[in-house]
Amino acid sequence: MKALVWEGVNKLAVERVPDPEIRNDQDVIVKVTASTTCGSDLHLIGGYVPAMRAGDVIGHEFVGEVVEVGPGVRHRKVGERVVVCSFVGCGRCWYCANDLWSLCDNSNTNAGITQAMWGYEPGAVFGYSHAMGGLRGSHAEYVRVPFADYGAFPIPEGVDETSALFASDSVPTGWMGADLGGVGPGDVVAVWGCGAVGQMAARAAVLLGAEKVIAIDRIPERLAMARDVIGVETIDYTTTDVGAELRERTGGRGPDVCVEAVGMEAHTTGPEQLYDQAKTRLRMQTDRPAAVREAIYACRKGGSVFVLGVFGGVVDKFPLGALMNKGLTLRAAQMHGQRYIPMLLDRIAKGEISTRHLVTHEMPLDEAPRAYDLFKNKKDGCVRAVIRPAA
Amino acid sequence: MKRTVAVAAFVAGLGAAGARRVLSRAVGAEDVPNRWLTVTVNCPPESLAEGGRPEPLARLEPIAEIRITPAPGGRGTELAARLREPGPTGPVARATGDDPRQKVRSALREAKSLIETGEVMRPDAPPTTRSTPGGKLVELATRRAGGEGRL
Repeated sequence: MKALVWEGVNKLAVERVPDPEIRNDQDVIVKVTASTTCGSDLHLIGGYVPAMRAGDVIGHEFVGEVVEVGPGVRHRKVGERVVVCSFVGCGRCWYCANDLWSLCDNSNTNAGITQAMWGYEPGAVFGYSHAMGGLRGSHAEYVRVPFADYGAFPIPEGVDETSALFASDSVPTGWMGADLGGVGPGDVVAVWGCGAVGQMAARAAVLLGAEKVIAIDRIPERLAMARDVIGVETIDYTTTDVGAELRERTGGRGPDVCVEAVGMEAHTTGPEQLYDQAKTRLRMQTDRPAAVREAIYACRKGGSVFVLGVFGGVVDKFPLGALMNKGLTLRAAQMHGQRYIPMLLDRIAKGEISTRHLVTHEMPLDEAPRAYDLFKNKKDGCVRAVIRPAA
Repeated sequence: MKRTVAVAAFVAGLGAAGARRVLSRAVGAEDVPNRWLTVTVNCPPESLAEGGRPEPLARLEPIAEIRITPAPGGRGTELAARLREPGPTGPVARATGDDPRQKVRSALREAKSLIETGEVMRPDAPPTTRSTPGGKLVELATRRAGGEGRL
């Protein structure tokens, strides 16, 4: 089959790779019909995530049709249209049983690597390095889905494939940031990043009862989407002092909940950007945490900061004093998608969550490297490029 | 000059101690020669009663003591194993796959997964389609990963 493979830092190509096969009784094989670029892929492509090998298939946010089921699969059937959670959860370890699905004990076959890096291992994710399980990704004609009864969800009648696609990752990730960040009625919520995940976090905050939601970015078309489609206030951080603006818009208190949806390659303005870039180039820090720092400073006393953006290693100038002395709650997670996806598909079906506007570009698999060129370099207004392997 | 050398030696010593500490934390180096290695299984202790133990545990029994205790707070069952003979350990034994603790860690992980899910998840095959020097290092790490880590 054909697939988009990582060939080395900033090198992608479409190549032929072996077809996936049922490797465990609880696997299914899905024929991928749509798979989208995601900002977290850029960390892989740029070489920020260790344990990638030339030839690895990337992509983790996808929908498709079940074409083969293992003998231990109870609920999924050949022919079903499914949206597949980007993280793999076994459904029965203590973490899955407690709805902390991205922390599954049994899905990451390379647990020793991430235990050495982080103390304990998260679960596996499709197409996201051998440290995260080494599963092949979804920018391919077919993909193997382990523990499919727990991670592949039928797309409800009336929900089109493109709308359902983002229930694979962006929508549950954003929802989780607002939910586990503790957003409630009357809150003021600030969201750093207006990509798909940031927009979905902002929408989730609205649906969870926030009275005011303010989204922060620098890309005009993303700010416009947040304002016009999601219906929230926006701040362009390149023209506005974010801290001062948030104080003014919150009566001097600061946001009750701050959601960071940017990750390890954050951009900012002024000397902080130069400082972070120099430190990462000198390998004195692995990630650029500008948005996390700003969220911690901006958050109200006793408020909550949720880190949704992907980070891999260590950062410098982390404002631990602000965190401690302001009595903040800091929380983070890779996404516990299985906890939210059925509810979110219902909300998409009811029209409460809109995702189609995120698709600014669509193309066949053969053009997938161009999809990442557009997406990474924010060319042609690209917010998300959807790859259609069956086209 | 002497003072400069002394300060440099002190800083270097601190650096070496720090690096050793970080490395030891990362690879789970042993401060006790033959520590119990442990996983918690999301099941009642009866599921691990003798006679009903999964194959990886049975495989371990000739070389390791097995200890089974209820986890606090209803968090399942703590399953621990300790080698009867400690055998070689250290970076070389671990890199060459000669450290018997790797077998213990793999067996504990596999037993836990079998009890909880009925199977042990296998990686995709082949793991990738290209052989490069960097890839070989990752391959070595993944080959050992099932028996490594911080159990």
